[in-house]
Amino acid sequence: MAELFIFFEQIYRILFLLIPVLVSVAMIVWLDRRVWAFVQKRRGPNVVGPFGLFQTLADALKYIFKEIIIPASSNKVIFILAPIVTMTLALIAWAVIPFSETFVLADINVGILYLFAVSSLGVYGIIMGGWASNSKYPFLGAIRSAAQMVSYEVSIGVIIINVLLCVGSLNLSDIVLAQKDLWFVIPLFPMFIIFFISALAETNRPPFDLPEAEAELVAGYQTEYSGMMYAMFWLGEYANILLMCAMGSILFLGGWLSPIDLFPFNVIPAPIWLILKILFLFILFALIKAIVPRYRYDQLMKLGWKIFLPFSLIYVVLTASFLMYFDLLPGN
Amino acid sequence: MSLVRFFKTIFMIDFLTGLIMAIKEIFKPKKTINYPFEKGSISPRARGEHALRRYPNGEERCIACKLCEAVCPAQAITIESSEREDGSRKTTRYDIDMLKCIYCGLCEQSCPVDAIVQGPNFEFATETREELYYNKEKLLENGDRWENILAANINADSSHR
Repeated sequence: MAELFIFFEQIYRILFLLIPVLVSVAMIVWLDRRVWAFVQKRRGPNVVGPFGLFQTLADALKYIFKEIIIPASSNKVIFILAPIVTMTLALIAWAVIPFSETFVLADINVGILYLFAVSSLGVYGIIMGGWASNSKYPFLGAIRSAAQMVSYEVSIGVIIINVLLCVGSLNLSDIVLAQKDLWFVIPLFPMFIIFFISALAETNRPPFDLPEAEAELVAGYQTEYSGMMYAMFWLGEYANILLMCAMGSILFLGGWLSPIDLFPFNVIPAPIWLILKILFLFILFALIKAIVPRYRYDQLMKLGWKIFLPFSLIYVVLTASFLMYFDLLPGN
Repeated sequence: MSLVRFFKTIFMIDFLTGLIMAIKEIFKPKKTINYPFEKGSISPRARGEHALRRYPNGEERCIACKLCEAVCPAQAITIESSEREDGSRKTTRYDIDMLKCIYCGLCEQSCPVDAIVQGPNFEFATETREELYYNKEKLLENGDRWENILAANINADSSHR
């Protein structure tokens, strides 16, 4: 009986996290389209619900009722599995995101490693989708995205090492608490910029949306997908973007901490601060989508391997020597 | 690479300029209209849904000369006519296949009595094809409904006719 109780309690806690995440994914799609439209002086979706807020729900409803087409020559098992993998991986990573000192689903002491591992696995959904479609555009998109995500993960990994040097712990709550006096965005500002740009590449957002480059590859790995399977790719993608924004705010913008520990700011509940920071980063994502043209493939590779990787490696050396020289290493 | 360009690249000056410009654009008035709720202005020459007009005394204008049928490039118009008891020639059938019609306005131009006209209404979408095969009753009903606007439009354009 006691085990059953624990089981239901855990399920309740998971749902308490997952449902708000899914709802906010829907809202964020709306926000993305809206910001994009506003920059181009259009109105964007504004009919369904107040300010068009329910547009994504209406779209999802439409996708549910659409036919799922499975190409005859595709590898059916993997074809069906691919969107499920993308969606699942985008959602399980939220387990370790701390919303406040107490509100975290799984407070594991290798949280950042888990986050990094899960976001790296995300490429499998895309490769599986592209390969199983057995068609040329999805395959090209999948190859591109594999190369792109792998190369930018390398620089994200090195950037994370920078942060870990300053914290001395892999636990995400510890990382946030280490920023009580000074957010890492100030001493590690160049790393924050590189992290942000790598996050764009990691989530296939413009200007690095080469895997789905609609002008050249139709829709990349999503070409053969339809109905709810397409919608799952699409939700997974936005959940990933949100996750990257959350990761950025935890690593650099002090997570749930308020900017200053003064009266009007420190009464606002901690999760609100994290949500505000995620929103800030996401609006930057959306603005960038509206203003920059797509990178060429060789430029993308050059940026990843020849600029970001050496630069972040040099910065690791600089951070480490700085901490050693001034005896600021955490843990002593 | 010149020094200026190098620093511009390192500090992403061009990118930041673009970002600030984008943020400014957000607060500018929108260029698009909120379509189903507000509508753009329509020229008096707009070639929309067809209508058959009547004289103010209720008599049909159409004299069944079949010029519109002859001129129609899509052959969307079908007319049959016969002599009425008072000796005047009138149409017994006047059909327009709105699916064939290319909305070129030649029927309107060819009409000697301004009977067949194209009004400003362009929102007549239907759920079945059959509803778009217009017959004489439908066209006359359109004419009765839109008469005020149609007469005003013809009047506004009269100096060019």
